Amino acid sequence: MNNLWGIYTIWYRDLLRFWRDKMRIITALAFPLLFLVVFGSGLSGAMGMLAPGVDFSKFMFPGIIGMTVLMTSFISGVSVVWDREFGFLKEILIAPISRVSVAAGKTLGGATIALIQGGLILAFAPLFGVTFPPIILLQLLPVMFLVACALSAMGIFLASRIKSIEAHQAVIQLLMFPMIFLSGVFFPVNNLPGWMSVLVKINPVTYAVDPIRQLLLGSEAASLLGITVFGHRMSIGEDLLIVAAFGVVMVVLAMWSFGTQE
Amino acid sequence: MPNSYIIEVEHLVKKYGKLTAVNDISFTVDEGESFGLLGPNGAGKTTVINILCTLSKPTSGKALINGFDVNRQRSQVRQSIGLVFQDPSLDDKLTALENLEFHSRVYNIPRAVRKERMEQMLNMVELWERRRDVVKTFSGGMKRRLELARGLLHYPKVLFLDEPTLGLDPQTRHRLWDFILELREKEGTTVFLTTHYMDEAEYASRIAVMDYGKLIALDTPRALKGTVGGDMISLGTADNNKAQAELKERYQIEAKSDDEQLTFEIANGDRFIPTLTKELKTEILSISLRRPTLEDVFLKLTGHGLRDEAVKSELKEIVRQLGRHQRRH
Repeated sequence: MNNLWGIYTIWYRDLLRFWRDKMRIITALAFPLLFLVVFGSGLSGAMGMLAPGVDFSKFMFPGIIGMTVLMTSFISGVSVVWDREFGFLKEILIAPISRVSVAAGKTLGGATIALIQGGLILAFAPLFGVTFPPIILLQLLPVMFLVACALSAMGIFLASRIKSIEAHQAVIQLLMFPMIFLSGVFFPVNNLPGWMSVLVKINPVTYAVDPIRQLLLGSEAASLLGITVFGHRMSIGEDLLIVAAFGVVMVVLAMWSFGTQE
Repeated sequence: MPNSYIIEVEHLVKKYGKLTAVNDISFTVDEGESFGLLGPNGAGKTTVINILCTLSKPTSGKALINGFDVNRQRSQVRQSIGLVFQDPSLDDKLTALENLEFHSRVYNIPRAVRKERMEQMLNMVELWERRRDVVKTFSGGMKRRLELARGLLHYPKVLFLDEPTLGLDPQTRHRLWDFILELREKEGTTVFLTTHYMDEAEYASRIAVMDYGKLIALDTPRALKGTVGGDMISLGTADNNKAQAELKERYQIEAKSDDEQLTFEIANGDRFIPTLTKELKTEILSISLRRPTLEDVFLKLTGHGLRDEAVKSELKEIVRQLGRHQRRH
């Protein structure tokens, strides 16, 4: 009970800070929208149809949703680094709540913010020719939240090991961009050179983007563009299993890392 | 558990690689006491506090707070203590009230008393009017006061103050101390503070002096000063050479002479001055008496001053002085 309160308190604070920082909400929207508008308009003509009824713009949209969730949750770890820099981390670390609750609260906080940001982009779907029945939302949002939790835990784990803002930025860029670029956000992953295909397949984010695309474009179109492992076309359930497994490992690492903070 | 000590430290050691930050120290603190840990920067004071408040694990040795082991009963220890850190630890994007709300939730303060408690504390530190303001807009002194209010919100048994007035102007320092002393009186809270300001250590009922990770003295401020000897008297006369000879002849006092003054050490200097003014043949132009300070104690114990430490701490000090200087002008 005590721990649940602790988790809630940590989570609540992160959301309160997010809400205070309205500029951040807007700037975080600008980047993915820029991608959608510029690349979508620029490349759609040149690339033609990637699958029946799916032009580049439409193809990229689910990927950008995934990217937004991924980037927001991943970067949310920076709050740990900021808290360390400005001292608030001490207040958290000497509080009589378990470190496991701290890591859990932080992870859920980052994931919730990522879900909100991803949801905001989702509202632009009709602009890019993506339409889906509202019922899909009920599946899509939990999927996005799962993805967000996994990535947020990773972000928190990394941030808890990093002492300075600068180092954090370097690590984020070194990890985040390859993970995004090699995940099927910007191009179909089923027809790649061998070396790249391997990298895409070992990238957990691939399995986070794929189910979002399957849900938004319908499994028929998406199955032509999605990820196959050993010749097997991954289903939504299988994708999510991988994401969940990755998430569990990251959550455990984050909790362990917080437990050993000095 | 029959345990009259609120803090018990036994053979505490903390090593960082080859460096021994805390080197086998032991002491006890009684409930309701105000206990000062005095030493230059880098002496290991903050390490001791970090161990006592469960932020850092000791390499060996034992420490109990309120009867709880800092290594094995962390949660209970944390619930028993309040902290005001050397560096600010507030969330400056939140308001004063929100910072306190966060604290009362993680410290499990019952909902029923939360509001009242927050109001009481904010009133004590005179920040009630500013409760809805974002902490970012607060001055250094206000932030520190808010931290004090926060550290006390859950009625801790022990309040740790790690250099609580570092970087504050003298006036704010004074007010902060008024709050702390008032609190100790009213609530019987034990106060454990580290400082390298001599005048601040004077507030403590007992002082432990630390240097290079070791405890080199532990006593009341008065007794510590007693170890230095008598008072210092500085004397300016019309003819210092003559007066110097006279002092030697009449009182067997070896006075040191510099350009303008004679100085000598003597027990009960305040009583000696009237005698001196009556009996000295040489005309006295000025006379002053200085009681021994903790600075003198420290100098005597360690052979070096409180502030002639590593370059880093020197720099810190310079920056602090500069900050003060600017504020004054």
